[in-house]
Amino acid sequence: MADDLGSDIAALVSKNEQTILPEWIELQKKAGTLHTGRISEGELQSQSKNFLNLLRDALATGGSDVANAAYEPAKAMLGDLSRSRALQGFTPSETASFIFSLKRPLFNALNRDKALSAEQIAQTVWTTILLLDELGLYTLDIFQKSREEVIVRQQREIAELSTPVVKLWDGILALPLIGTLDSHRTQVVMENLLQTIVDVEAEIAIIDITGVPTVDTLTAQHLLKTVAAARLMGADCLISGIRPQIAQTMVHLGVELNVISKASLADAFAVALRQTGRTVTRTRKVETGSGPDRKTGGQGA
Amino acid sequence: MDRIPILKFGSALLVTIQVDMHDRLATALEEDLTAKIVEHNARGVLIDISALEIVDSFIGRMLDNIAAVSRILDADTVVVGMRPAVAITLVELGLSLTGVKTALNVERGMALIQGRLSESEADDADDED
Repeated sequence: MADDLGSDIAALVSKNEQTILPEWIELQKKAGTLHTGRISEGELQSQSKNFLNLLRDALATGGSDVANAAYEPAKAMLGDLSRSRALQGFTPSETASFIFSLKRPLFNALNRDKALSAEQIAQTVWTTILLLDELGLYTLDIFQKSREEVIVRQQREIAELSTPVVKLWDGILALPLIGTLDSHRTQVVMENLLQTIVDVEAEIAIIDITGVPTVDTLTAQHLLKTVAAARLMGADCLISGIRPQIAQTMVHLGVELNVISKASLADAFAVALRQTGRTVTRTRKVETGSGPDRKTGGQGA
Repeated sequence: MDRIPILKFGSALLVTIQVDMHDRLATALEEDLTAKIVEHNARGVLIDISALEIVDSFIGRMLDNIAAVSRILDADTVVVGMRPAVAITLVELGLSLTGVKTALNVERGMALIQGRLSESEADDADDED
């Protein structure tokens, strides 16, 4: 029975292809598929034509059951389309309208077919609705999955980009943290830092949190873990770049860091130089500067 | 049962752990070390764990204990050469060994102990004046 309906719909589609296709494309345009200029009209036409052909073949051989193997080519094409639209930045409803706007032209074609009885039409309509809904949901599934893949990839890239360990001086490392610190990133940061401490035999590591937007108790705990691990390796940690608002929040939350913290990376670097027994001295006067010549950095070892 | 050798190095004791620690070995080390500190009147204990790949909470606590015992006997404990993975494990276990001094390698650890010694000698000299 279902298979008969499937081939009935297939026959209907092939008979009315000349009217269904333009109607369908018109409806897709109305739904705004072309508005954003992300795909061209020609592309839309070839996609629609392709899919209609694949759908007709699938209906003819596989009936109206979407799980049937005959639907694989149609599904594969939908998957590709959905994926590429997800990457192009289409909204979910714009993507799903590709399938859902096919309903109206199909029903119109059914209505025009005077040879069918009312009961036949009702049954065919129901089968078509089920079929198209299922294909629409499939489209959305793929859309969602592609978006998630994009997000995961971006997260990985951000994690890689935002955890560099910089060597400032012999034995002095800086770790400029950017972005929110969660457990996963803390792990990456910690491993990176500790390995670099071993590699360059660093005595002091400066953790700069200028780029960390908020410091709550959890972030502070992660920071402390990193500091504790570095200390176990035999390196001292300094924390720098705590912004005024963050300092206030930390005090309000009762977060205690228990490490030397400095307002800026420059200050922390000066402390690090002093602790490793170095001073920075200006060797000549700078003409443009006003005020007395001054020494920066440590006041002596 | 094999034991971990404890070497006398000036007024410090040097322990290099080169085998995987099991609990009984750790306990034996703790006892031996305490006895040696008293016997040699040592002022510093240097424990090199650069070859140690696996550390559990028991070994972590043992390090803490050794440090506490040495402190009572007026010796500084320095743990050197901890591997990154070991450091992360200890922190995750909640053992940050606050009573233990750490250094990156034996050389730096020895310098730390020597520094302490000369400091206290200077203090003694001041007291005599």
